[in-house]
Amino acid sequence: MTPLFVLTPRPFVSPLRRVLTPVCALAAALAIGGVIVALLGRSPAAAFRVFLVEPLTDPWAAQEVLLKATPLVLIATGLLFCFRASRWNIGAEGQFLVGGLCGGGIAILTHGMTGAWILPAMMLAGACGGLAYAALPALLRVRFGISEILTSLMLVYVADLLLDYLVRGPWRDPKGFNFPQSVAFSDAALLHPLLEGGRLHAGMILALAAALAAALVFRRTLFGFAIAASGEAPRAANFAGFNEGRITILVFLISGALAGLAGVIEVAGQVGQLRPGFGQGLGFTAIIVAFLGRLSPLGAVLAALVIAVLLIGAESAQVSLKLPLDLARFFMGLLLICILLGESLERYRIRFRRAEKERPA
Amino acid sequence: MTETLPLILATILTAATPLMIAALGEHVVERAGVINLGVEGMMIVGAASGFAVAVLADSSPLGLLAGLLAGLGLAVAFGLAVVVFATNQVATGLALTILGLGLAGLVGQGFVGQPRAAMAPLAIPLLAEIPVVGPALFTGDPVFFLSLGLVALVAFVLSRTRLGLLLRAAGENQDSAHALGLPVMRLRFAAILFGGAMAGLAGAYLSLIYTRFWSPGMSAGRGWIALALVVFAGGKVWRLVFGAYLFGGITVAQLHAQAGAIGLPSQLLSALPYVMTIAALLALSLGGRKGQGAAGSLGQPFVPER
Repeated sequence: MTPLFVLTPRPFVSPLRRVLTPVCALAAALAIGGVIVALLGRSPAAAFRVFLVEPLTDPWAAQEVLLKATPLVLIATGLLFCFRASRWNIGAEGQFLVGGLCGGGIAILTHGMTGAWILPAMMLAGACGGLAYAALPALLRVRFGISEILTSLMLVYVADLLLDYLVRGPWRDPKGFNFPQSVAFSDAALLHPLLEGGRLHAGMILALAAALAAALVFRRTLFGFAIAASGEAPRAANFAGFNEGRITILVFLISGALAGLAGVIEVAGQVGQLRPGFGQGLGFTAIIVAFLGRLSPLGAVLAALVIAVLLIGAESAQVSLKLPLDLARFFMGLLLICILLGESLERYRIRFRRAEKERPA
Repeated sequence: MTETLPLILATILTAATPLMIAALGEHVVERAGVINLGVEGMMIVGAASGFAVAVLADSSPLGLLAGLLAGLGLAVAFGLAVVVFATNQVATGLALTILGLGLAGLVGQGFVGQPRAAMAPLAIPLLAEIPVVGPALFTGDPVFFLSLGLVALVAFVLSRTRLGLLLRAAGENQDSAHALGLPVMRLRFAAILFGGAMAGLAGAYLSLIYTRFWSPGMSAGRGWIALALVVFAGGKVWRLVFGAYLFGGITVAQLHAQAGAIGLPSQLLSALPYVMTIAALLALSLGGRKGQGAAGSLGQPFVPER
């Protein structure tokens, strides 16, 4: 028995196909998602409206979408460095939490103080925290050959427990009726809205700047080339003199710092205090964003918007359609699988075996 | 002490068994050259669907079977993606874990907090009569004994049979294996199916035997620890068993330490299994076994030339 079909590499991938792949993947995932919604006894059309249309048409929800997309863009931009180099940092969630903790720690230490330096200090602390937390798996891989996948992921659980310990223990708000949360940050430690009456803050600008900088690094610098070479042809990269260990450490540090920065922006811009679960799994969601955006910074920005729409839609669907948040999670995993399959079909052509046999020898 | 010791030993075995079953499955998958980061997702879906079926059919064995089949179902999806369509194994596995966590939440929705009675323990005649060791090692749930049988079976098949040799060949060097005419893709698919079934069974064990209730996110990283155990085992099944019981021991020890209120923050103790996983991998590497034991073609997508 021979396989039904074989994959043969396409000699040339048209730009149109490259654009259509994620669009088709999204469409396929939506179709399957619609079936699941119908199985759960809800109308797929109503779900489509709540998940994908209303977050864009309602002005309040549209703002929420941009706010939700901000940390996603930052974390995913950092992850691009890792994934392009085929280094698998899947612990961005932990780096995000530690960043939020470090920045939030500064906010708690300076509680009641005023000064324009507080917010920058928080950002710096958060970025450094995320960076240090990402350095751990990178060093363990470079020095000891330990899989960065497992260590970076294990550290997510540790960061989660550290957050839990701090907000229930030393950093708990003494006047908080024993709720596991820190004090509400002072004014000087909060990211304020850019416009009167709106909610958008400067975090979005930072995120876009990071994505732009990443695009420049990937396109215009030797480091960007070294990352791509090391990811796609590690042996060739070695022969070219690119230091494998140094690339591993650098891409981890960059992605850790950006995830940490995203953590500070989340606590200073959205949450306004430290409390368990402020991560919301955004560090994991950003992995999907990175892949949905085809590992390109511009793609990541677009993908972050799509995913943010879905997340905001999921929150309102929970209320209006009684659809659980787990549906959104399931859908995002499904979407990622569809993208990966689409990428495979973009790279390879399916050739059926039977047709080949009928051809005269 | 003679009263509590068997009890503690028994809880260690119960904590270790799901880790061992899941790791055993992943061990076979990795021997065939595939890395499946979806173990966590397969486990939690196994836990949810196993529990749901057990409650609906009022039968724990049926629940265990359902968990196994749920893991198998996800493995079909994973196998289709990574073997047939040669997708990136790391990303596909992660996607499966994310999908699985969501799916488990959907399946388990109506079952949160429902208690479930323990399965009747199986006692080996005569051996179970031995003081201390008897009640601990020779009286247990049926799956515990099944897991021991599976370990022996996997060890035997991998090292002593033609099938095991072919499987290892496919994992060690996919191109040579293909050139020799071995059905690399089919061997890998079969290994993935076995791994998925084991992960699903391990999940159902968690919800039906270990905790005996369903709660969202209850696998709590055990699938990832199972993956670490496979690295720790470095290709040897006996090391995998040792690692699983070591981790079972750590889990139980930290639970007892939390209950005993020894003054350490409970979060520090809860973090112990994760920190210990990293420490174990580090110790392994310091012992000079850096990068050893993994299959040669591990993680590489395979697209035959012709």
